[in-house]
Amino acid sequence: MTEASPEPLIRARGLVKRFGSFVAVDGIDLDVARGEAFGFLGPNGAGKSSTMRMIGCVSPPSDGELRILGLDPRRDGPRIRARLGVVPQLDTLDLELTVRENLLIYGRYFGLPRALIRRRADELLDFVQLLDRADDKVEPLSGGMKRRLTIARSLINEPEMLLLDEPTTGLDPQARHVVWDRLVRLKHRGVTLVLTTHYMDEAEQLCDRLVVMDKGRIAAEGSPRALIERYSSRDVVELRFALGENETAAEKLSGLGDRIEVLPDRVLLYADDGDASLEAVHSRGVLPVSVLVRRSTLEDVFLRLTGRSLIE
Amino acid sequence: MSGIGDIPAVRSYAYWLLQYRRTWRGSAITTLLSPVLYLAAMGVGLGSLVKTGSGTGGLTYLEFVGPGLLAATAMQTGAAESTYPVLGSFKWIRNYHAMAATPLGPRDILVGHLLWIASRVAMASGVYLAIVAAFGAVRTPLAILALPVCVLIGLAFAAPITAYSSTRETDYGFAAIQRFGIVPMFLFSGTFFSVTQLPWVIRPIAYITPLWHGVQLCRDLTTGSLESGGWWLVGVHVVYLLVVTGVGYFFALKFFRKRLAV
Repeated sequence: MTEASPEPLIRARGLVKRFGSFVAVDGIDLDVARGEAFGFLGPNGAGKSSTMRMIGCVSPPSDGELRILGLDPRRDGPRIRARLGVVPQLDTLDLELTVRENLLIYGRYFGLPRALIRRRADELLDFVQLLDRADDKVEPLSGGMKRRLTIARSLINEPEMLLLDEPTTGLDPQARHVVWDRLVRLKHRGVTLVLTTHYMDEAEQLCDRLVVMDKGRIAAEGSPRALIERYSSRDVVELRFALGENETAAEKLSGLGDRIEVLPDRVLLYADDGDASLEAVHSRGVLPVSVLVRRSTLEDVFLRLTGRSLIE
Repeated sequence: MSGIGDIPAVRSYAYWLLQYRRTWRGSAITTLLSPVLYLAAMGVGLGSLVKTGSGTGGLTYLEFVGPGLLAATAMQTGAAESTYPVLGSFKWIRNYHAMAATPLGPRDILVGHLLWIASRVAMASGVYLAIVAAFGAVRTPLAILALPVCVLIGLAFAAPITAYSSTRETDYGFAAIQRFGIVPMFLFSGTFFSVTQLPWVIRPIAYITPLWHGVQLCRDLTTGSLESGGWWLVGVHVVYLLVVTGVGYFFALKFFRKRLAV
């Protein structure tokens, strides 16, 4: 891990969040450097949002050390929040106000001068491609437009760090790509991005470094590439067999690749050279109904670390 | 940038002002029409059946009921502005949460909203007072002091009801507040007839309602004839309303912190 500036923007040691007897965040350590795009991955209930709320200085830590922008959130909450941008999981736009009014009033919360807010509002609406809707009410806007507006709003104070809690959940593919494109531009401008997601492609697209959280703890940490190398093989061979033949086929394959996983609908063979492994499968006389050789993705890492069963 | 905009609570107040600019037309008609209708029906119409005497403290019925209705309007405005708008700010519009992500804290958000409610009460009561005066039911220029008193009445309801609303997840309880709190007070706290006409067993209940203290204050100020007890009693009424407001504020702040900073 590289440390770009002497003081990381986020530094956490043994950070804990409890709600009564429930432990949402169970002693995590974090360092996020200026200019990084950092992601929290994890299933629902892993503690991502609780961590984000502590970083956003709206939720006081129950235990451990936390410093944001070099300051203590317990004492300097308002000063820290003045320098952060927040895109919450649930939109907090005022649907009855216009697009522009939502930006103007939000800028006022920061105590910025009106003339400055007006100028920035137009620049930001242009940036998120909503300038032509500036005087429309928010209500009829599409989900993707509302999300872009929330992002524009979060930038009104020119934040040093942008916190995005599931920025594209619920958006259609086109809308997601527009949001990603804007976030990548922000990253190139040097804005530090911290986001939570359970979309692996989002994490791979945006994050320089990420942690996988599970049950309030950090299960793994690294760049998307490094995580795949460490927790998965380079390739995955997906083999489909006739109904009920997965187990017997898998037995015949034992010893091939790094690891074999039997799923209800297919058998996964993790290997560094997928094509070679597939030849080996055939040479053992195993004939699948269909075959797919693909690269490992973060999704493979994620499922390996957090399990396939549904925990709710 | 002027100094006042640097106060955090003023920044959250700005939200409500902006909101109101969109919606004021709807409430303006009620604010204007309701005093005219009530004063015409109760003060003039019903009042024609009521003899001026000891029951009205020597006032015409219009002079008696005018300040009562004025105080009741302050109560109703304060109560209405602290139920749905507060719950909605947590649950539906979520503007409190938007504010909490900025430098504003729970106290700034609460104080800004209470300041706004105070403004709404001042607007509604100001119009009401002017119409009461136009009906000729005001005896002294001292009546202008009824306006700050109305703001205090409004807050004595708004602060505790805000505390209540900030603990709610649904609006179920609001009807009960209206039915078992606001309406009985409106009818029995000295608005339409003196509390001394009530049976002695239930009279103390009327005395502890904030509205009774508010009605007494408004009547003292619009008629200029102090109750027996004079200015000393005026002080008691004011302190009572301040205490109710203070206790409500204390709990509202506690619940705002609990809900916005968890």
